[in-house]
Amino acid sequence: MMDFQYVRATDVADAVRLISVDPAAKFIAGGTNLLDLMKEDVERPSRLIDISRLPLKSVEETGEKGLRVGALVPNSDLAYHPLVAQRYPMLASAILAGASPQLRNMASTGGNLLQRTRCAYFYDTATPCNKREAGSGCSAITGLNRIHAILGTSEACIATHPSDMCVALAALSASVHVAGPSGGRTIAFADFHCLPGDTPQVETTLEQNEIITAITLPPRGFAANYTYLKVRDRLSYAFALVSIAVGLELEGDRIKEARLALGGVAHKPWRDPAAEAALQDHAADQATFTRAADILLRDAKAFGHNAFKISLAHRAVVRALTQAAKGTPQSQSNKKIV
Amino acid sequence: MSVLEKLPLSLTVNGIEMKLSVAPWTSLLDLLRDHLDLTGTKKGCDHGQCGACTVLVDGRRINSCLTLAVMQDGARVTTVEGLATDGVLHALQQAFIDHDAFQCGYCTPGQICSAAGLIAEGKATSMDEIRELMSGNICRCGAYPNIVQAIQQAMARP
Repeated sequence: MMDFQYVRATDVADAVRLISVDPAAKFIAGGTNLLDLMKEDVERPSRLIDISRLPLKSVEETGEKGLRVGALVPNSDLAYHPLVAQRYPMLASAILAGASPQLRNMASTGGNLLQRTRCAYFYDTATPCNKREAGSGCSAITGLNRIHAILGTSEACIATHPSDMCVALAALSASVHVAGPSGGRTIAFADFHCLPGDTPQVETTLEQNEIITAITLPPRGFAANYTYLKVRDRLSYAFALVSIAVGLELEGDRIKEARLALGGVAHKPWRDPAAEAALQDHAADQATFTRAADILLRDAKAFGHNAFKISLAHRAVVRALTQAAKGTPQSQSNKKIV
Repeated sequence: MSVLEKLPLSLTVNGIEMKLSVAPWTSLLDLLRDHLDLTGTKKGCDHGQCGACTVLVDGRRINSCLTLAVMQDGARVTTVEGLATDGVLHALQQAFIDHDAFQCGYCTPGQICSAAGLIAEGKATSMDEIRELMSGNICRCGAYPNIVQAIQQAMARP
């Protein structure tokens, strides 16, 4: 790890001030991804601004019967929070499907949104990577790309976003609250992460001098009919090859409202309004689920090793919708997929 | 502040209060092993993937390789060396011996600290849940069945 300076922010305004004057600085909260990348020389901040002591650690009900989650709430505390377990079990399930208990104890809510891809070429400073070094090329497109994206890719980058939590937050239509030099603003979750396009080094719409302060969850939690189905190379403690967050509101056997988000397939948690529209006001049956999967994957594109992901994602979408409709969400301890 | 300046740090390690001075890039793991000579905590991967460096910070299990020592200013750290009291092994240490829950032993301090965190969290009751919530600790000798049995024994103690 390279040498760097270390400073502790005293409050949110101080954190914004410190980052504004030093574009080469980085915030550190849980540190689980940043320090890993610093050890690999992928991240080389001149200075770390420690925000871990800022008072952003509470989970509170909002006036609109939603939930406000401070940016520094550890992933484990969020997953096990009684209100999350009760009203947003899809979110709890997604968090518990990711990382390990030790990492979840450290990792923050805001940091989870900002974690970087696990593309091996991004991590390997000896190989070209447009995300790490703009304009150097993408090694994954013609390389080992078994874990890479099948949707929303570009010629510059086929990396995936690694988070499980964010897939559930996308499905729940969460909002991201940020603070900057000229005050605060709110970013819809769908607008927070970017597709790679020509600038894969730009991963979010957060400005360099802004800090995430909280996320809010709208009232609708889909607690009765939901699932988080994660398919990976081993039963536990591995990144998703494909993951599916589903929330349904049913009226008899009709789908009144549908949310469907995918992880492991794109540069951001993937939601497709056309696929959700194909579910809405339709019977909750195999034919409907299959049509939604067809639509969602209509533009899927493989790069060789990851071709299996297209059929895997199709089957996983149908299975996850079936689990949610039946009210039998995927267990994150007994991994048998039913 | 110059780049090479060391920073003051107060820690309570295994019950002993310490005033230290560390470079900002010193991980908690390196502080424990290289500065405090507490080599029970192991450096396996140094990337948060193996769990060999697991310690308890303010009672919660974390990967000590992925946190800066200076970030833990004021914290209470417990390593495997701090689990026994008055020469009597911790219930988990005894259970690991009773169940032969290791082969080479390199992952064992991390396994035991992680299991102590798991028991304190109180979320695991079934064998499936123990296995899932111990998944952050890799054992390349494959002693997993015995590790789960050892943890079940320790959990059963009042």
